[in-house]
Amino acid sequence: MSDTIISVEGLGKRYALNHKNGDGERYTTLRDVIARRVSAPVRWLHARRGAPNATLVNGSSIPALHSITRNSRSQEDFWALRDVSFEIKQGDAVGIIGRNGAGKSTLLKILSRITEPTKGRIRIRGRVASLLEVGTGFHPELTGRENIFLNGSILGMSRTEIKKKFDEIVAFAETEKFLDTPVKRYSSGMYVRLAFAVAAHLEPEILIVDEVLAVGDAAFQKKCLGKLQDVAAKEARTVLFVSHNLDSILRLCDRVLWLDAGSLRAIGRPAGIVQAYNQQWSNDSRVILLSERQRPNWVRQKAIVEEVSCLAEEGTGWSYPFGSPLEFACTLLVRSRISTLLMAYAVFTPSGFEIASTRAPCEFPAPYFEPGRYKVRVSIPYLRLAPGNYSLNLGVVSELGHEDFVTEVAVFEVPPNERSADHFADTIRAACIPEVRFTVEQLEETISVLPEGVK
Amino acid sequence: MQELVIEPGRTEKNYWGDLWRYRELFYILAWRDISVRYKQTAIGVAWAVLRPFLAMLVFTVVFGRIAKMPSNGIPYPILVFAAMLPWQFFANSLAEASQSLVLNSNLISKVYFPRLIVPAGAVITSLVDFLISAALLVLLMVWFQFMPDWRVLTLPVFTLLAFLAALGPGLLLTALTVKFRDFRYVVPFIVQFGLFISPVGFSSDVIPDQWRLVYSLNPIVGVIDGFRWAICRGAAGIYVPGFALSMTTITLFLVLGIWYFRKTEKSFADVI
Repeated sequence: MSDTIISVEGLGKRYALNHKNGDGERYTTLRDVIARRVSAPVRWLHARRGAPNATLVNGSSIPALHSITRNSRSQEDFWALRDVSFEIKQGDAVGIIGRNGAGKSTLLKILSRITEPTKGRIRIRGRVASLLEVGTGFHPELTGRENIFLNGSILGMSRTEIKKKFDEIVAFAETEKFLDTPVKRYSSGMYVRLAFAVAAHLEPEILIVDEVLAVGDAAFQKKCLGKLQDVAAKEARTVLFVSHNLDSILRLCDRVLWLDAGSLRAIGRPAGIVQAYNQQWSNDSRVILLSERQRPNWVRQKAIVEEVSCLAEEGTGWSYPFGSPLEFACTLLVRSRISTLLMAYAVFTPSGFEIASTRAPCEFPAPYFEPGRYKVRVSIPYLRLAPGNYSLNLGVVSELGHEDFVTEVAVFEVPPNERSADHFADTIRAACIPEVRFTVEQLEETISVLPEGVK
Repeated sequence: MQELVIEPGRTEKNYWGDLWRYRELFYILAWRDISVRYKQTAIGVAWAVLRPFLAMLVFTVVFGRIAKMPSNGIPYPILVFAAMLPWQFFANSLAEASQSLVLNSNLISKVYFPRLIVPAGAVITSLVDFLISAALLVLLMVWFQFMPDWRVLTLPVFTLLAFLAALGPGLLLTALTVKFRDFRYVVPFIVQFGLFISPVGFSSDVIPDQWRLVYSLNPIVGVIDGFRWAICRGAAGIYVPGFALSMTTITLFLVLGIWYFRKTEKSFADVI
C-alpha cells in the first residue's frame, strides 16, 4: 500500500457566470428565470449576429477596472480549475501558491467537499478538516466558551474531544478572562485568537488551511505558524496551506503546488518553485509586449496597447524607488478613426487589493486619432506606494465602447530607500504613504498646567 | 482507513452515515438557535407561550362564541388548543426551515457537513416551542378540570407525524429558497392561508361528508385530527379514509422534499 493520501486526477470546476447581476448576487429569482425563458429566442438571434455583450473579466476574479458595462444577460462558462492532477503523500506539508483567481480557493473547496467538481476524480484517505475562514459559525451573542463548542463541532470535533482540549484552547487564545463574555464584545484581535485556537487543536489526518493567517497581530501569527509546523512535522499529519506570504510557505512546506489561471503550473520542492514564481513577478525587461496577451471577448480592439515600457529614472527593470513618480509609456495601435480616447489604469497589491485607479482622457492636439501608432506617456506623480510589489492593469475606452483591457500588464517593485526609512514606511502597514506636513506654530509662551480655579 | 472519492454527480454511499456522524453538530446548531432566539428580548421565553395563547383566545371567541361551532361537549379553548399545538409547530417549522440555509450561508460556503442538518435542526428548534406550548395545554386542562383518557398516550406518535409532515415541505422550501429567494415571500403566505384552510379554529367534523376526503388532501388535517382525537377523549374523531389520505400526502412530500434537497444540495455552496 502506498502512502499517497490525496490523489487528484483531471480535476475541473466550471462556474456559469451570470453577467446580468455583475458582481455579487449569484442567486436568481423566479422572475429572472421566467424572463430568460421568454427572451431566449431573441437573445439567440442576437448571438447569431455576434453582439458583443458579455462582461467576463479575463477568466479570473481579479476586480476589473470599474467601467465594465453591465447590460448583458448572457451566461458564460468560466473554468476556475482545468485538468489539475497531483498526488500528496502522508505527512507532507503542501503550500499552494498562485495569483488571485488562480483557483486556489476553489481547489480547497472541492477538497473539503463544500462544492462538487465538474470533472475529474479525487481520492482522499483519512479525515479532512478544513479551515477556510477564521471563526466560521461564531455567533456574536454567544459567549467565548459557548463559541468554542459551537465552532469545534462545526469543524468536526466531537464534544468529548473539545472538552478534553478546552483548557489548552483557552490558554492558546489567551482569553481566559473573557470566557463568559459574548464574543460581540471582543476586540477583533481576541476574536481571531479564539477562533484560530479552536482550529489549531483539530486532529484530522488532513488539515486544509486557507489564508487565515493574514489576520491577527504579528506575534500571534508567529505562534500560529509554529503550531501549524508542529502539526505537520511532529504529528505526521498532512497539511495543505494556501498563502500569499511566501516566507511562511518556505518555512512551513515540504512541497509547493503552483496554480496559474486554473491549471497546475508546477509542483515540487519549495525553494525552486517559489523562486520561479517570484521571477514571474519581477520583469527584467523594461519593455513588455502586450500584443500577444489574452484579451476578454468584450473589448472591440480598435485601439490596443501594444507594449508598455518603464520610464523610471534609476534602477533596472520595473522598479520605482520610493517617492519617485510612477511613469511609463504605452504604444497604442489605433486601427480605425477614433475621436475620443480615454485610458485607465489600476494598481493592485499581490493579494489582489486594488489600491488606485483612474480613468482620464488622453491629451492630443488633433480632433481625431487616425489609424496608426501613438505613444502615450503615463505619469502618476503623487501616488507614493509603500515598498513592495504591485501589479498594473490597463484599459482603453473610446467613444464607441471598451477597446482594450489587459490585466497584470506589468509587475513592478517599489524598493525601499532612505526616504522610505525617513517616513518609517517599513513599519507602516498602509499601501500608500502620501506626503504630509505637520506645521507647528506656538500659541503662548507659558501655559498653566493646572485647570483654572485650582491653586 | 476510510477512502473518500469525490467525483461529479456521485451520490455518497455514506451520506446517511455521515448524517449520523454529524449528529453532535445537529444538536449544537439546534441548541445555538434556541439559546440565541430570546436573547435581547424583554419577556424572553414568554413569547413561546403568549403567541399560541392569544391565537387560541381569538379562535375561541370567533368560532366558539360568535359562530357557535359544535364542540361535542369539549371546552372550546381545549378543542382549539389541541389543534393549535401541531399547527404552530408546523407553521414555525416551515418558516424556520425555509430560512435556515440562507441564514447559515457562511457555514454552507466554508465547511462541509450534510446540509440536511440545518433545516432539520430548525424543525427541532420549533419542537422546543411546541413543548412549551404543550405545558400551557396542561394548565388549560387543569383550569377546565378536563381529564384526558388513555388516548393521550398516543400523542408521541402524532407528534412524530407532525414532525414528518413539517420536514417534507420544509426541505422542499429550503432548497427552493436557496435558489429562488422568492420563496421567502411564499412561505408566510402558505402559513397564513393554511391556518384558515386547516381545522384549527373548528373541528373537521363540520366539513360536509362529501368534501371531507378532498379536505384531507391537506397533510396537516390528518395530524390535527389525530391530536384532537388523542387529547379530547376521542370526541372529535379521526375520519379514517381522510387520515389515510393525509398520511399519503405527508409521505409524498417527504420523499419529494428529501429527493429535491439531495439533488440540489451539492450546488448550494455555489449559488447561496
